[in-house]
Amino acid sequence: MIGILVFVLGPVIAGLLLSFTQWDILSSPRWISIGNYKELLHDTLFWTGLKNTAYYVLLTVPAGMVVSLLLAILVNVPLRGVNFFRSTYFLPVVTSTVAISIVWKWLYNPEFGILNFILNLIGLPSKQWLSDPKLAMPCIAIMSIWHGMGYDMVIFLAGLKGIPTQLYEAAKIDGGSRTQMFLWITLPLLTPTLFFVLVMSVISSFQVFGEIYVMTNGGPGNATLTYNYFLYQNAFLWFKMGYAASLGYVLFLIIFLLTLMQVKFLGGRVSYELL
Amino acid sequence: MNYSKVDRNMFERVLLYILFIGLTLTTLTPFLWMLTTSFKEYREVFIYPPRLLPSHFTTEAYRKIFTFIPFARQFLNSVIVTSLVLIGQLICCSLAGYSFARLEFPGRDIIFLLYLGTLMIPGYVTLIPTYILVRFLGWINTLYALFVPGLFGGAFGTFLLRQFFLTIPKELEDAAKIDGCGYFRIYSTIMLPQITPALATLGVFTFMGSWNDFFWPLVVINSEDKKTITVGIATLTRGFHATDWTALMAGATLSVLPVIIVFLFAQKYFTEGIVLTGIKG
Repeated sequence: MIGILVFVLGPVIAGLLLSFTQWDILSSPRWISIGNYKELLHDTLFWTGLKNTAYYVLLTVPAGMVVSLLLAILVNVPLRGVNFFRSTYFLPVVTSTVAISIVWKWLYNPEFGILNFILNLIGLPSKQWLSDPKLAMPCIAIMSIWHGMGYDMVIFLAGLKGIPTQLYEAAKIDGGSRTQMFLWITLPLLTPTLFFVLVMSVISSFQVFGEIYVMTNGGPGNATLTYNYFLYQNAFLWFKMGYAASLGYVLFLIIFLLTLMQVKFLGGRVSYELL
Repeated sequence: MNYSKVDRNMFERVLLYILFIGLTLTTLTPFLWMLTTSFKEYREVFIYPPRLLPSHFTTEAYRKIFTFIPFARQFLNSVIVTSLVLIGQLICCSLAGYSFARLEFPGRDIIFLLYLGTLMIPGYVTLIPTYILVRFLGWINTLYALFVPGLFGGAFGTFLLRQFFLTIPKELEDAAKIDGCGYFRIYSTIMLPQITPALATLGVFTFMGSWNDFFWPLVVINSEDKKTITVGIATLTRGFHATDWTALMAGATLSVLPVIIVFLFAQKYFTEGIVLTGIKG
């Protein structure tokens, strides 16, 4: 209890106060009121970070959800050995972002990486991958989808198992095709799960950091400078503690508003019950 | 989809298996590539076209990684921090969970709601103040900074265990009470054994989260021999040895080995935990 108070609630209030100060840790903090928030609006790197993060979220969340839903449908087929396959799809989830980022950086290596080797095998020219400002972010997004798909697969699988089999049997008697069953039974009954995964994925992918640290360092140029990476630079490389605290609060506000919007616009369409 | 009654012909089965195997290759190839590269000679990785298996099998990279960074020390740091956080979480969360589920005290439900509310506060909001607090305590660059904040149990674990405690029939406790058991004995000898699956679930997630944690250890530690292994190999990618791919792969392999071993043995608890809570690890 006390631990929670000391390490969570205290910092929340302290963080708010700090965000109104200018502080480099060494000297004492100076109160500058909303100075940090004003500075932030004119900081081009802040906007770059925000834009890049939004791009990353758009690249990973919808594609990631489609991939994991397809995986879940696939591993829900009663077939011998399906448990083994399910485990292999989940394996990346347990490994650290740092370790897999190192491995993927090697796969993406423009000269000796296996990805260019495969491209060349099928007659395509090599790509610069992480060194190409246009490709760097999609490269990281692909890795992230690979890293996280097993997680959402398990959630979707639980959702699929919750759909009563009688519905499919009834549909079959009525001569429904598989596509029809998917569109009119599976998808509607899965909306609570879809909604949940959407909200959680947006929140977590907004905080991308480790991938950037290991793979691109925010580059090339500032092509992969994400919001949290920018926050990290401000706080721990440039020691602008007050500014970083205000960045943290702004990100919180952005994610909070986004979540609220999702609840408002999509929440109503979620069907929680069977008819 | 559940088409259990649908007849599946041979052709469809084969197609499905091909798909399954293809996807398995997609998820396993990076790990396989990591493993085989780590046994290659330093120069072999710079030969094009690349080959999957090393032409000369060598453990050179594994020997090198111990000289590039204080690998054994960092690995030990990870073990120490993870174990302490694990023990702390299990004790605190189960005690708090039990109190919220069974003990009656004024304001219990309000406190519980406040507790749950902390789940909604993201880490980056409290990052800077927590950093400053830890700095104020003089813990920067010590292992204390790594394990103390994680020691007290979080709302997530407390919530998870509380839900489990609630499912245990009250009669069990009442019988013990009549026999003269105090709250602590009921908790430790009757309730805890009942929720071992939940403890295991919390355990594997705490283990994974603590072992893989990156941001926090990165910012509070700056000397090599205090780093955890996850931070240790990350800093390796930025230094002098950034292109020594065999050594990097050896480091990555050793750093993921413990979680993969735990996953192989406790797989069921990973997936159950996700289904129960849906919270991202």
